[in-house]
Amino acid sequence: MNFFPIFKKELRSYFTSFIAYIVLAVFLVIAGYYFYTDLALFVLWGGASVQEGLWQYLFHDIRLILLLTIPLLTMRLFAEEKKLGTIELLLTYPFRDIEILLGKYLACLAVFSLMLVLTVLYPILLAIVYQVEVGPLIASYLGMFLLGSAFISCGIMVSSLTENQIVAALITSGIILTFWFIDWNEAAVSPTIATVLHHISFFEHFYNFVRGVIDTKDIIYFMLFTFFFLFLTLRSLESRRWRGLR
Amino acid sequence: MIEVENLTKYYGEIRGIEDISFSIKKGEIAGFLGPNGSGKTTTMRILTCFFPPNSGRARVAGYDVIENPIDVRRRIGYVPETVPLYPDMKVKTYLNFVAEAKRMEKGQRRRKINEIMEQCGISGVSHRLVGNLSKGYRQRVGLAQALINDPEVLILDEPTIGLDPKQVVEIRQFIKNLAGERTIILSTHILSEVSMTCERVIIIHEGKIVAVDTPENLMGRLQKTSRTLIQIEGGQQEVKDKLKTIPGIINILEKGESSPGVFSYEVESEKEREISAELSYLVYSNKWKLVEMRAMKMSLENIFIELTKEDKV
Repeated sequence: MNFFPIFKKELRSYFTSFIAYIVLAVFLVIAGYYFYTDLALFVLWGGASVQEGLWQYLFHDIRLILLLTIPLLTMRLFAEEKKLGTIELLLTYPFRDIEILLGKYLACLAVFSLMLVLTVLYPILLAIVYQVEVGPLIASYLGMFLLGSAFISCGIMVSSLTENQIVAALITSGIILTFWFIDWNEAAVSPTIATVLHHISFFEHFYNFVRGVIDTKDIIYFMLFTFFFLFLTLRSLESRRWRGLR
Repeated sequence: MIEVENLTKYYGEIRGIEDISFSIKKGEIAGFLGPNGSGKTTTMRILTCFFPPNSGRARVAGYDVIENPIDVRRRIGYVPETVPLYPDMKVKTYLNFVAEAKRMEKGQRRRKINEIMEQCGISGVSHRLVGNLSKGYRQRVGLAQALINDPEVLILDEPTIGLDPKQVVEIRQFIKNLAGERTIILSTHILSEVSMTCERVIIIHEGKIVAVDTPENLMGRLQKTSRTLIQIEGGQQEVKDKLKTIPGIINILEKGESSPGVFSYEVESEKEREISAELSYLVYSNKWKLVEMRAMKMSLENIFIELTKEDKV
């Protein structure tokens, strides 16, 4: 697997083009605000417990920022190469398609992981004044990581379909939102369909993690989701074989 | 070094190329000549393993483009027509990425990059962003990325497009200097470029090969009569009448007054017959003032029009 050159290039590009800094800054400002608000409102005034309530609120809120920021990280991955035409050279270097895909996916995952790691500051700050249990936190972070990975794979797939970055970002948000809300109108459908929709939706699976439950079923769900979209991306890259490019 | 057999590529219903066959020997510079949309880029993209053909076979540097694309890609250098580069990378960083991508050994990367930058004349801009470079420098960076792995085969799509005349001359000379060890294919729609740089011309039109030969042979083959241009001062009718007396002359075309009192004529004669001696004798014996006399070669432009016309019929 010779994906490292691509990984390095993409990671460098995130930081030289300032996208990573801007996304990190926006993410951390809003996440910090959420942390403060959730702590002040729900715990200090609302009387929710830190162990059971705070992390559930916080990570549900952070999930919202991911919906906004991850499409901005993924939109350029293939769309920009197509727009610049650099994809033509890239695909004639001695890489297999899957190596290019993995390099790009892992670079984006690395930036996302950095975002997550920096939020560890909040529980550390809280731990100075209050006893914090580590177990549920680990479960929550694992959930966040898997959720982010699923978002990224979806974003890469959309990016490989267009050369317009704004279109890529918008459609990614659209797909993510659909998987988010898909089980909301359970009252309108038959119980069987409602169960199916529950299982497809992000919400149910993510909720277990933030409650502190690590279930292999949920891990598999997010991994399957990621693999499925990465697989679609590979197919989309291969479409040049019969479609030509531009 | 490059063998292409019955290559066909369709984009859905649209024809890219159809049943193309040719071969290029090691160390040769071959020119792909054809109007825009004739299938030059399609052929190049198949040779660079960007996409496979619908049918037919192509071998580059001994490897099949369908069965061993990675082996082919390791042995080629490619510069696409638009010279796509990453604008947010510095020249040196970019070349380092390409060297990694082409799986060069770590130990020799730095030395090779410096060597190539020197060779392509981009050492002075090595720390500038690619996006801020002029078109001429971008073309050189494009060539540098193609050359970095010492490719056996160099594939250049329209290498001089969009450059100013001085840069065009420089790049052509640069390409010529590269030949010898490397096999080079370049495509162009500028006909004079082919006769200047290439040892062999592959003329392609509407997805099919029309002719494969050296520029000289092509001219010889299609030229059915020889033409001589002659400019003489004064006596238009007299000159014309006397020229007609030379045996072997088929036709004399008056080309008008080129400067005051000087008239030009295009003399068409039988192909094998050498008429210059008789022409100069005639000029001498009539004490005409000769301004110019030269043999007219059929230009590649004419050849091209001729060939594509034949194809239509």
